[in-house]
Amino acid sequence: MADPKPALESLPLKAHAASLNFHYGTFQALKKIDMPIYDKRVTALIGPSGCGKSTFLRCFNRMHDLYPGNRYEGEIRLHPDNVNLLDRAVDPIEVRMRLSMVFQKPNPFPKTIFENIAYGLRVRGLNKRAVLEEKVEEALRGAALWNEVKDRLHEQAFNLSGGQQQRLCIARALATEPEILLFDEPTSALDPIATASIEELIAELKQKVTILIVTHNMQQAARVSDFTAYMYLGELIEFGWTDDIFIKPKNPQTEAYITGRFG
Amino acid sequence: MSGTLITHIPQAMSPSESRLAHRASRHVKEKIIESILFLAALVSVFTTLGIVYILVSESVVFFRHVPVWDFLTDTQWTPLFDDAHFGIVVLLSGTLVSSGVALVVAIPLGTVIAIYLSEFAGPRIRETVKPMLELLSGVPTIVYGYFALLFVTPLLQKFLPELPGFNLLSAGIVMGIMIIPTVSSIAEDAMRAVPMSLREGAYAMGSTRFQTATRVVVPAAFSGIMAAYILGISRAVGETMILAVAAGMQPNLTWNPMEPAATITAFIVQVALGDLPHGSVGYQTIFAAGLTLMLMTLVFNILGYWLRTKYRERY
Repeated sequence: MADPKPALESLPLKAHAASLNFHYGTFQALKKIDMPIYDKRVTALIGPSGCGKSTFLRCFNRMHDLYPGNRYEGEIRLHPDNVNLLDRAVDPIEVRMRLSMVFQKPNPFPKTIFENIAYGLRVRGLNKRAVLEEKVEEALRGAALWNEVKDRLHEQAFNLSGGQQQRLCIARALATEPEILLFDEPTSALDPIATASIEELIAELKQKVTILIVTHNMQQAARVSDFTAYMYLGELIEFGWTDDIFIKPKNPQTEAYITGRFG
Repeated sequence: MSGTLITHIPQAMSPSESRLAHRASRHVKEKIIESILFLAALVSVFTTLGIVYILVSESVVFFRHVPVWDFLTDTQWTPLFDDAHFGIVVLLSGTLVSSGVALVVAIPLGTVIAIYLSEFAGPRIRETVKPMLELLSGVPTIVYGYFALLFVTPLLQKFLPELPGFNLLSAGIVMGIMIIPTVSSIAEDAMRAVPMSLREGAYAMGSTRFQTATRVVVPAAFSGIMAAYILGISRAVGETMILAVAAGMQPNLTWNPMEPAATITAFIVQVALGDLPHGSVGYQTIFAAGLTLMLMTLVFNILGYWLRTKYRERY
């Protein structure tokens, strides 16, 4: 990151959370979270297990709606619309049409490589072969997978290696041109080489898309992100430029976690 | 470096001195348990072999009197007449038509029920509906037979006045109802075994519940759903009482479900209940018919096995 850094106030917002609370039944997993997500930047969420970082991420695309007993309070506003994604009047399916997610474990669908990428487009009603072919190629190139799979697009996606599967999932998420890409520990099931290729990809993708990434690997957060948020027990402890958080954290709790004395 | 790292080696002990030797008592106990388990497994193997042996050896006697070619190509089945004909296709047609009707009922309904229970129903509804469905498969088939004869056939006759009192259609429909729980329960288990991460992936792409169920969960559970269908087919092909009661027992070479006909199973019951002398050709026919039936289910099972390995679940 080249110093001097631009003032935070001058950066365009892509989303922001305002007094966000989240409850699993009677357990409150997120407590009054206020946090900006800057446009076309990578924001990393770090913190020990159970701190609520994944829970927070999954609020953005309303994944918690899939299970009974979950409750949101407060707001996550998506810009430029400035609409509260958690509003009851907002259809979670419409939210997921604009925000894509990549999961911890690669989860390709039981379909061919081509159909995996085309899935989101088909769900959006796009079925023209020529358009699909073009978009699939674009997405696979975007995920740095095209050269490896261009001759086997109609083979089952399960035949790919773990790292390739995860890049396929990224391509699948990219194909629908999302405004925000949500990554939930995308490399925790991968070996170091596959991890490096995914990290390289994330650095490239932020030219085009806003990225929010949950990781329990602090080196990864330091390598890929512009901003870092440290969470603990459902609270946002500190948010700032990644190098500030890692070099001169303001909060002693953050410092303890970063330096490995805790967590 | 060689030899320099390992400096002091204590004197070697024998295994018994060091208490690392095999212990006889433990060893013997394990052996006994293993052989009891092995014997239990052997019983089912011997039963199968015994059945195959009887069917094949008796059929060989039958085929000494009746050439295999006639058995496969003759279009009449009159084993008890003076002018005896043994065309298995006559019985086969009854079996295939009634099973076909049953599958037309059971596969769509069973699949839809499985999708509903696995992907749409809440836990309360599932816990109520599932036991009730399974009760359906516990009803004795003779009861289904009379249900077909005395309820379904008169009902069908209101729409199809030409329908005879004994027919393959109503027997097939009721047979289909009977195998719905088999199909739906196994298919549902297969769908529920699809990991949540795959569903979440589909939802995260903006799918509706229906799209998630039909485009992701069903293809992922395909091999299990196929196994459910194959089991349903095997039950339909082997079903006896419903057909004996409701489809009439006269052999009739027909592909029309609106006609009465005998199936392989119904014929076997008929002969087994009659007083045919042992060793007569008429008596031997049931073994040839039984062998045909067994080969059919064998083919379906092999097909099912092949489909399962070809589309094995890999999530």
